[in-house]
Amino acid sequence: MIEFRSVTKQFPDGTVAVENFDLVIPPRKTTVLVGSSGCGKTTLLRMINRMIDPTSGAILIDGEDTSSLEPVKLRRRIGYVMQNSGLLPHRKVIDNVATVPVLNGVAKRDARAHALELLDTVGLDRSLADKYPRQLSGGQQQRVGVARGLAADPNILLMDEPFGAVDPIVRAELQQETIRLQEGLGKTVVFVTHDIDEAFLLGHQVVILQKGGHIAQVGTPAEILAEPADDFVASFVGADKGKRKLRIEKVGGRDIVVDEAGTPTGVLQS
Amino acid sequence: MNLVAEGIAWIFDPANYAGPQGWIVRLVEQLLYTFGATAIAAVIAVPLGYLVGHTGRGRDLAVSLSGGFRALPSLGVLILLGLGLGIGFRAPLLTFVIIAIPPILAGAYAGFESIDRKTIDAARAVGMTEWQVITQVEIPLGLPLLIGGVRSSLLQVVATATLAAYVSGGALGVFIFEAFATSNYPEALGASILVTALALALEGIFALVQKLVVPRGVVAKELKEVRPRSSRPLAVAGVPAQEGK
Ligand SMILES: Nc1ncnc2c1ncn2[C@@H]1O[C@H](COP(=O)(O)OP(=O)(O)OP(=O)(O)O)[C@@H](O)[C@H]1O
Ligand SMILES: [Mg+2]
Repeated sequence: MIEFRSVTKQFPDGTVAVENFDLVIPPRKTTVLVGSSGCGKTTLLRMINRMIDPTSGAILIDGEDTSSLEPVKLRRRIGYVMQNSGLLPHRKVIDNVATVPVLNGVAKRDARAHALELLDTVGLDRSLADKYPRQLSGGQQQRVGVARGLAADPNILLMDEPFGAVDPIVRAELQQETIRLQEGLGKTVVFVTHDIDEAFLLGHQVVILQKGGHIAQVGTPAEILAEPADDFVASFVGADKGKRKLRIEKVGGRDIVVDEAGTPTGVLQS
Repeated sequence: MNLVAEGIAWIFDPANYAGPQGWIVRLVEQLLYTFGATAIAAVIAVPLGYLVGHTGRGRDLAVSLSGGFRALPSLGVLILLGLGLGIGFRAPLLTFVIIAIPPILAGAYAGFESIDRKTIDAARAVGMTEWQVITQVEIPLGLPLLIGGVRSSLLQVVATATLAAYVSGGALGVFIFEAFATSNYPEALGASILVTALALALEGIFALVQKLVVPRGVVAKELKEVRPRSSRPLAVAGVPAQEGK
């Protein structure tokens, strides 16, 4: 469990990126922080692994105040996946994946053997192991990034718009992969995106943020859709837009679900 | 007979290359100055450049320092130092060290600055200590530009080392000064050809070394000579100061 307790972050230049933020992130679930650009998502995420220290307030991991933990050690037990993968360009895929275990003192051979298995886990062919990052496609690089994030078998995986730079088809694939991995491995995933559809797809808990890290609403996707807390949320999730305004039409004795414009989107199952 | 042929004949005359006064010994002296001065300069400039490149602090100082050093007239410095240190190898060596520092300093910090900030941030975020970020990320990725700097230092010093003879410091310049004093043009030409050949050989070897140290997997960048005042934007420009160091 990760807990934010009235966390505020003011940068040296005076920008208040996050103000008085409270949140409980349940274990072994996916929590998605969603909001438009500059609302403080990355700042919140990076405060979990102490890449950024809060100005005030506290962040607790399983009840332990992170400010009492050594940042380097903390980071090595938290997976971190970012946009554009952040892989080391001069290291082969396999060594990129093995980075954290090697830092933790695991013998290189063992770390590599484990890294190979992780390539399977994230759906990459083992033949890619000896390639360099730039020889991979963007989607493959992201998978390597995820494998690296998983390598030290962390309980927590932080993902900052990991699929922001890949095309929609690969993106959909990676999203499914993420769901599968999270369910299979039981990680606590904290996922940042500005795409509400992605948030609803991945999130057990979705946190809709406004500027300054102010929470507009927290809940399951269903709760948020059923009862948007206010107009901002309603418009952000697109509840007032055609795509989510579905109704049922009878066609040939079956219930067809259509959106506001009348475009069929599916068949209602009884 | 044409002058070039006479110069070449001078080179291959055993009376000119053999013995303690022969050009082989002088060439070795030239090389000793070159590698000695470059090595000393590297010991000073590389850590300094890395410090500047890693922290981003003191960059302006480093830039103006290396720019200033570059502007110094070599002969003037040599004579000045010769007056202080007397004749012999010390004044030339020190002069060449001063010449060799700016390109290496610039190569070291520009090498670090050329690295994508996201790569460094990611290295930190997965749990590298500052030291590991330097040794495992910045040094290997900055190496191509550093080697470029070392290469320019070597080439400048190998040419300038000819001046050592001005303060009785030996090296190939001995023949040139001697030749002009005695109007022995074949000798002057022969020695000049030797200096040029040496510079070209070094250039060739170093071009090769430079290729070899580009970390595999990294697209070999256009390795322009590193300039003290780079016209390209700073790699860090526009990126907010990173926290969590
Ligand atoms: N190092 C910094 N120094 C100063 N201000 C910063 C710094 N990092 C972020 N900010 C500011 O803090 C606010 C929140 O930034 P943050 O990166 O957390 O936003 P975000 O929600 O992740 O945005 P995006 O979706 O564009 O990634 C922004 O106004 C940003 O300009
Ligand atoms: Mg962000």
